[in-house]
Amino acid sequence: MSELQTVSFYQTGTFTVGNRLLKQEERSVQANMQRTNSLNSGHRACQGCGEALGARYAIDAAMNASNRQLIAANATGCLEVFSTPYPETSWQIPWIHSLFGNAAAVATGLAAAMKVKGKSDVRVVAQGGDGGTTDIGFGCLSGMFERNDDVLYICYDNEAYMNTGVQRSSATPGAARTATTMPVGERPGNSFGQGKFLPAIAMAHEIPYVATATVADLRDLEAKVVRAMSFRGARYIHILVPCPLGWGSASNDTIRLARLAKETGLFPVFEAEYGEIKSALAIRRPLPVEDYLRPQKRFAHLFGKNLAVDTIARIQAKADKNIRKYGLLAKEAV
Amino acid sequence: MDKPFAITLNPGSSLANHTGSWRTMRPIYLDRLPPCNNQCPAGEDIQGWLFHAESGNYEKAWRHLTRENPFPAIMGRVCYHTCESACNRGKLDEAVGINSVERFLGDEAIKRGWKFAPQETESGKKVLIVGAGPSGMSAAYHLRRMGHAVTVMDAGPYLGGMMRFGIPKYRLPREVLDAEMQRIIDIGVTVQLNSKVDSVLDSMQAGGFDAAFLAVGAHIGKRAAIPSGDAAKIVDAISVLRSMEGEDKPMLGRRVVVYGGGNTAIDVARTAKRMGAEPIIVYRRTRDKAPAHDFEIEEALQEGVMVKWLSTIKQAGDSSITIEKMALDDDGFPQPTGEFETLEADSVVLALGQDVDLGLLNDVPGLGVKDGVVEVGLNMMTGHPGIFAGGDMVPDRRNVTVAIGHGKKAAKNIDVWLRGESVHPEPKHDLALFERLNTWYYSDAPKTVRPTLDIIRRQSTFEEVQGGLNETNALFEARRCLSCGNCFECDNCYGVCPDNAVIKLGPGKRFKFNYDYCKGCGMCVSECPCGAIKMVPEEN
Repeated sequence: MSELQTVSFYQTGTFTVGNRLLKQEERSVQANMQRTNSLNSGHRACQGCGEALGARYAIDAAMNASNRQLIAANATGCLEVFSTPYPETSWQIPWIHSLFGNAAAVATGLAAAMKVKGKSDVRVVAQGGDGGTTDIGFGCLSGMFERNDDVLYICYDNEAYMNTGVQRSSATPGAARTATTMPVGERPGNSFGQGKFLPAIAMAHEIPYVATATVADLRDLEAKVVRAMSFRGARYIHILVPCPLGWGSASNDTIRLARLAKETGLFPVFEAEYGEIKSALAIRRPLPVEDYLRPQKRFAHLFGKNLAVDTIARIQAKADKNIRKYGLLAKEAV
Repeated sequence: MDKPFAITLNPGSSLANHTGSWRTMRPIYLDRLPPCNNQCPAGEDIQGWLFHAESGNYEKAWRHLTRENPFPAIMGRVCYHTCESACNRGKLDEAVGINSVERFLGDEAIKRGWKFAPQETESGKKVLIVGAGPSGMSAAYHLRRMGHAVTVMDAGPYLGGMMRFGIPKYRLPREVLDAEMQRIIDIGVTVQLNSKVDSVLDSMQAGGFDAAFLAVGAHIGKRAAIPSGDAAKIVDAISVLRSMEGEDKPMLGRRVVVYGGGNTAIDVARTAKRMGAEPIIVYRRTRDKAPAHDFEIEEALQEGVMVKWLSTIKQAGDSSITIEKMALDDDGFPQPTGEFETLEADSVVLALGQDVDLGLLNDVPGLGVKDGVVEVGLNMMTGHPGIFAGGDMVPDRRNVTVAIGHGKKAAKNIDVWLRGESVHPEPKHDLALFERLNTWYYSDAPKTVRPTLDIIRRQSTFEEVQGGLNETNALFEARRCLSCGNCFECDNCYGVCPDNAVIKLGPGKRFKFNYDYCKGCGMCVSECPCGAIKMVPEEN
C-alpha cells in the first residue's frame, strides 16, 4: 500500500503522478525526467491503452528498484504484439518472448541462468495478459510459484483476449459482452460463477508476495513493485488495465474506469505476504457499481430498454463481498 | 541487402513508427482564468501568488501579489473577499482562505521589512492625484512604477482616506495602514497632506501636471429630515468615525441610536460599544435585506449591539426618540404600521450613505456628473481629456477593493494616454469552471479558521477582532488552492500518457507534447487536475 501523506498537506498529496512540493526521494519514478521509459514511444497499442500504461509504470519501477539490472520474459498477447512487430521493438530493456503459455517457465530459466552465472544482481520479471496468465500459462505459473523461483510475475488484466478479437478469458467478469459471450438469450453476456481470481490462487501458494494494483493509482503501484523487488523467490502482481477496445470505453476514460473499479469495490486493491493479507487500499469515495458499468459498452445490455436490475444487483453483491472480505471501507485498512 | 527470408526491414526501435499520424484530435496546453482572479475587483492574480506561497516562498508570493495590489495587509483585513465565494474549492469542501493567506503575506512583508524595488526609469511626465485613499494611493503606486512623477494631494491630515476615516481600528490597525502607505512614499511618490484641491484645473496648471486622477471619495454624510427638538443631538456616522482619529473623541452619550443598515451603521455602532455606550441600530427593513455584510451584523450582535429591525425614526427629542414599526409589503418594501415606540436616546447617528464633494470640478468643461457621482468611460477618463476619476466618486460598488482596482485601471489608462497610444486589451482566458477540474487528485483538507478576539475585549477595546494565521496554517491554507486552469506541474500528463508523448521540460518550465507519437487519446486532458489541457480537432 502506498504511503499517503503524513504530516504536511501537499495540496495533491500523493494522488498525482508528481508533486513539486515533495522531497526528491518521495517522488514517483514516473515523475522523473530520467525515467527509463522501458516501453518507449512508437508502440502500436490502441489510443488510451491501459496495458501499455501499466507496463511502463511497472517495468520502470522494477528497473529503478533493480538498479536497471532487469530482464523481462513476455507471454504472447497484446503487450507482446504491439511492442515488438519484427524488426522493431519498443522495449528499452533485455526482453524475450517465446510462447503464449510459457512466460513463467522462460523466466524461471532466466533466473536459474543468472544464478549459475553468479549474477545475483540481475533480476527477472515475467509479464503477460490475463489470457496468458490465468488460462494458457497457468500451469507454468503455478509451477513457478510452488518452486518459489526468483521471478516477479506481472499480470496485466484487461479481462479478455483483446489481441485476438476480445474473446472471453477466465478473468472476464460476469455479464460482460465478449466475442464469445454475446449479449443474447436469457442470460446475456458472460456467465457468473465461473472464472478465477488469480491473486487469491497465488496467495494459496503462500509465495513471499502477492499484490493487486490498478493504473489509476500510480504511487500504490510503484510502491508494490518496490516491495515485490525487495523479496527473493516467487512474487506476483496483478494490475487491472482497462481496455478501450474490448470494454467499449472512451480512450480518455482508461484511468477513470480503473479508479471506478477500485472505488466501487469490484476490484480489491491489496497486498499479501506469505499467503496473508497485509493491507488493502481503502475506498475514498464509495460509489455504486452502475457508475463503473455504464461507461462501458460491454455492459450496455444491462442498461437497455429494460434495466437489468437483477444482474446489476448481482454485480453489486460481488462488490459488497469484496468490501467485506478485504475491509475496503474500514478506516484502518486490514 | 542481405536479409533473412521474408524480412524486409532492419532491426530498430519503434521510434521509427510515428504513431502521431493516427490522431484526429490533439491536446494543447492552455491557461484558463481562475474564478478567484476573475472575481477580484483589484484584478489580483490570486492563483499566481498562491502558487509561490504553496512552496513557502512568501517573498516571491508577496512580490507577485503586489504587482497588482500594493496593500495585502490592508486587504487581508478589510477586503470582503468575493474571490472566496467564487472559489471552486467551495464546491468540493470549503473555499480556500484566500483573504487569510493574503493577510499573512502582508503582515510578513511588514515584519520582514520587504520594500518595493526603486523606480529606475523616468518618463518625464507628471501626474496629479487628488485624494490619498485606496484608489488614489493605488494609482500613485502603479503610475510611479511606470516611471511617472506622481504628486498626491489630500485635504486631510493623514494618508489613507476612508481606510482611516471610515474603517474602525478594530478592523484595521493604524500601524498596518501606515506601513503600507509608507512603502508607496518610499518609491518616490510625493504626498501633500492638508492640501485641499479647490479647482483641479488650477492645481494642474500650477504644478505643470500632464494628467490628473481624482479619487476624493464620498465623505459627506447624507441627512434625513427627522422632526426633532432643538436639544436633540443628531450627527452623521462618517463624522463620528472621522473624529475617532483625532484628539477629540465624539461625545455621543450612553444611549446611542444608529440609523441605517449598511456597513457604516455597523461600524459606528461597534465603535460606540467600545467607547462604553449602549448602541441600538434602527433599520427600516429586515436583517436579510440590510446592505451590511451578514458576518459584520453577526459580530456586532455578538458584541452586544442591539438592533431594531423594521423600524423608522419618526421624531427625535433631547433624551428619547419615537420609532414606528414597519411591515414588509408583498413587494418586500417596508410600510408604516402606525405602531409607535419610544426609545431612550442621548444621540442619533445617521448612517444613511455618503455623498461626494464635487466642488473641485466646478469649472471643468466636458465633465459629466450624474446622481452625484462623476461619469467615466471604460478607461476611467472623465469627459475632460486627461482627467481620470475612480473610487467612491464614480458609479460603482463602494468598497476598498473596488477603489484599489479603479486606481490600477486608471493608472494603466493614464500611462497609455500619456504616451498617446490606445489600449488593446488582450482577450480574457476562458473561465476555469469546476466541471473542467478532476478533483479526485486533490487531497481532502478543510479550511483553516482564523482566531477571533474574545468577546470581553471586543466590547471594551479597539484591539483587532480577527486574528491572522501563522506560518504553518497559512502554508496549509495556500496549499488548498486547486490552481484552477493553470498548470502547477503535478506531472500527471507526463505520467498518464501511454505513449510517452509528453515531454517534461523541468521545474518551472512545464511540459510540451511530442506530436510525433501522441495518438490523441485524451487521457492527459481527463486526468489533468486543474483543467489546463484541452483537445482541439486536427486541421488535416
